[in-house]
Amino acid sequence: MNKVLNLSSSPHVRDSITTSEIMRDVCIALLPTTIYGCIQFGVHALFVVIFSTLFAVLAEYCYEKAMKLPITIGDYSAAVTGLLIGLNCPPSIPIWIPCLGSVFAIIVVKQLYGGLGHNFMNPALAARCFLLLSFASKMTTWTVPGVDTMGGATPLAYLKASPDHTANLLALVFGRVPGTIGEVSKICILIGAIYLIIRDVISPKIPFIYIATVAIFVAIFGGRGFDLYYICSEIFGGGLMFGAFFMATDYVTSPITPKGQVIYAIILGVITGLFRLFGGSAEGVSYAIILTNIIVPTINKKTIPVAFGKEGAKK
Amino acid sequence: MGVTTFKGGVHPYEGKELAMDQPIQALTPKGLMVFPVSQHIGAPAKPIVAKGDHVLMGQKIAEAGGFVSAPVLSSVSGTVKSIEKVLTAGGALMDAIIIENDQQYEKIEGFGQDRDYTKLSREEIVNIVKDAGIVGLGGAGFPTAVKLMPKDPSKIDYFLVNGSECEPYLTSDYRDMLESPDELIGGLKVILSLFPNAKGKICIEDNKPEAIKLLSEKVKDEPNIEVVSLLTKYPEGGERQLMFAVTGRKINSSMLPADVGVIVDNVDTVISIYKAVCKSTPLVRRILTVTGDAVVNPGNFNVPLGTNYQELVDAAGGFKDDPAKIICGGTMMGNPMFKLDVPIGKNTSSIVALLEDEVLEEPTTACIKCGRCVNVCPSNLAPTLLLNDALMRNVDAFMELNGMECISCGCCSYVCPAKRPITASIKTMKLYSKDVLRKRAAEEKKREERAAAEKAHEKTEAPAEPKKEEVKKA
Repeated sequence: MNKVLNLSSSPHVRDSITTSEIMRDVCIALLPTTIYGCIQFGVHALFVVIFSTLFAVLAEYCYEKAMKLPITIGDYSAAVTGLLIGLNCPPSIPIWIPCLGSVFAIIVVKQLYGGLGHNFMNPALAARCFLLLSFASKMTTWTVPGVDTMGGATPLAYLKASPDHTANLLALVFGRVPGTIGEVSKICILIGAIYLIIRDVISPKIPFIYIATVAIFVAIFGGRGFDLYYICSEIFGGGLMFGAFFMATDYVTSPITPKGQVIYAIILGVITGLFRLFGGSAEGVSYAIILTNIIVPTINKKTIPVAFGKEGAKK
Repeated sequence: MGVTTFKGGVHPYEGKELAMDQPIQALTPKGLMVFPVSQHIGAPAKPIVAKGDHVLMGQKIAEAGGFVSAPVLSSVSGTVKSIEKVLTAGGALMDAIIIENDQQYEKIEGFGQDRDYTKLSREEIVNIVKDAGIVGLGGAGFPTAVKLMPKDPSKIDYFLVNGSECEPYLTSDYRDMLESPDELIGGLKVILSLFPNAKGKICIEDNKPEAIKLLSEKVKDEPNIEVVSLLTKYPEGGERQLMFAVTGRKINSSMLPADVGVIVDNVDTVISIYKAVCKSTPLVRRILTVTGDAVVNPGNFNVPLGTNYQELVDAAGGFKDDPAKIICGGTMMGNPMFKLDVPIGKNTSSIVALLEDEVLEEPTTACIKCGRCVNVCPSNLAPTLLLNDALMRNVDAFMELNGMECISCGCCSYVCPAKRPITASIKTMKLYSKDVLRKRAAEEKKREERAAAEKAHEKTEAPAEPKKEEVKKA
């Protein structure tokens, strides 16, 4: 034997899954809804998505280059953030706004806190809220699909504004409604979500409990009683599905403990319901998620699983 | 039948097909035989032979150094060449008795004689096991006689034979079960005779259907013995996991299985008990697998203890090419070897030699808090948080999160997508924490002693003070 033997500690095998593989899977899962949005809203939407992704990756590269850190753009995490920001913007948005959002997300929300894994808020959502507050009118100007008019309201806004309004559920599910580029087609979102669940990237636990809590909340407090049609409109309307499957399940900003994930999802649902029914806007998913992100460390701390064999024992 | 699995765990590449169909071959050593004095958990054995002594096969050459200890027996006949410090597989320097093998295999008197265990008393059986130098052959090397002497033998409800062999690549227990089923059942019967209320269960993972079939057939007329088929999942063979899967009982790191009425022993250990009690053959050989993609002819071997690992590898045809890593044990919990020129002992294990080390190829990246480690941890811990405490050397936080309950199974490191060295760091931290806690306890004791001394001092001084004042007043 001539070669020196490696002496790393056990285990000596590793599962093949890597961080970049997981992030790449998220990108793949976002493709159906991205493609649908771009086809429905036209080439401008495509540019929004491309540029927001590009700027997120660029921002990460430049920051890491400037700070002499290892370049981590290969792990796709910046691409996921950029893509999510693009998908969270209205299709008619001026290109520079999502680009600014991407730079904000990567530099302020992610890198300043230590980069991947250390941010306490979902960077894409934090950026979206930043943009919503800064460019309120541009971020809430919706394009009505099929009709070349601007300034339509989203189905959720209609639902909230007039108590007698009923949304066209079929249009909601298929996505023939105004909304952000990525959130409109629930079918495409579900296709992506199923892909992530099959690939074992996300567990259906958080999204299902989240959506169920919202459904229960609006059934109780929505003022329309147990109206299945109304509840379904709330579930399929707005960014709930998109947020539940792609944002609430973000590893970094969701609890690591099984019990914590349940609590987190319930809190998300309640806050979303509050914002939607009693808040100023018809939407509430983004704010609900970033607010709940903040308490995730506490949730983790309080829900550490009881060690095997320590069930009866006190500390 | 209870549940047949536990929460958590992983499914690593098994690699058992390399050696599982290779019958056990007996190996005849040619070189020097080396017997380290500590091949078990507990006090090292004390050599009772000197340089130049002629020893026989099965002769005791070092006696147990305490209650939790085990004697060392010579596996060959020959002459004691020296007693000196040698390197062992674990990397420690240790006193060892080196014997020049005369290739005669002269046995001590009575070696191999049949014995009827039903005529032996409890104490006699335990003493035979003790004198035979039997320790747990699953890797830890806990003296078996100690296990067989719980405070109250009538409170033992289950004796589990651990035949799950959940470690990837290893096939020695499997071959042992296939080739020595009668000895295994015989050993189990001997053990059950010690515990009036115990049921014997032979626990086998369901990836070994042939062993399950064979043993089920053999025990079908035994009222007290049952074969349990377990779900194939690593670490099904971990003592605590196995106990829970089969009996539903749980223990933590500060308990022994006997505390909840269970005793667990490995297949090869039970067979060794049979041989020692019924065949008067002490523990001088063990079954080992030599496997991995670097080995020319992977196989299973019956090896005399004290043989050099190099001879074992040579018996398997040597290496195809220089291996990148040689593991003593399986790929999940085995220890890496730095060289092959070390002796085989009761507490050392099979060999897995790999041409490529997949661990080295993977760069470590930041934790993304995916929670995979939490999901797979069979001890129900939060490994990623323990890793943080380990890196910060934060003993209190580590203890708070029950870091000591980690069984070092390696599942967390295995699943980590960021390839972080979780298991290794927690292992080191466990040792560090033990050390810190020991030091703290010592300091606490010192402080108490000082406080007690000061108190005593004050008491003697107290009456002296008024006197001084009196003097002043005067």
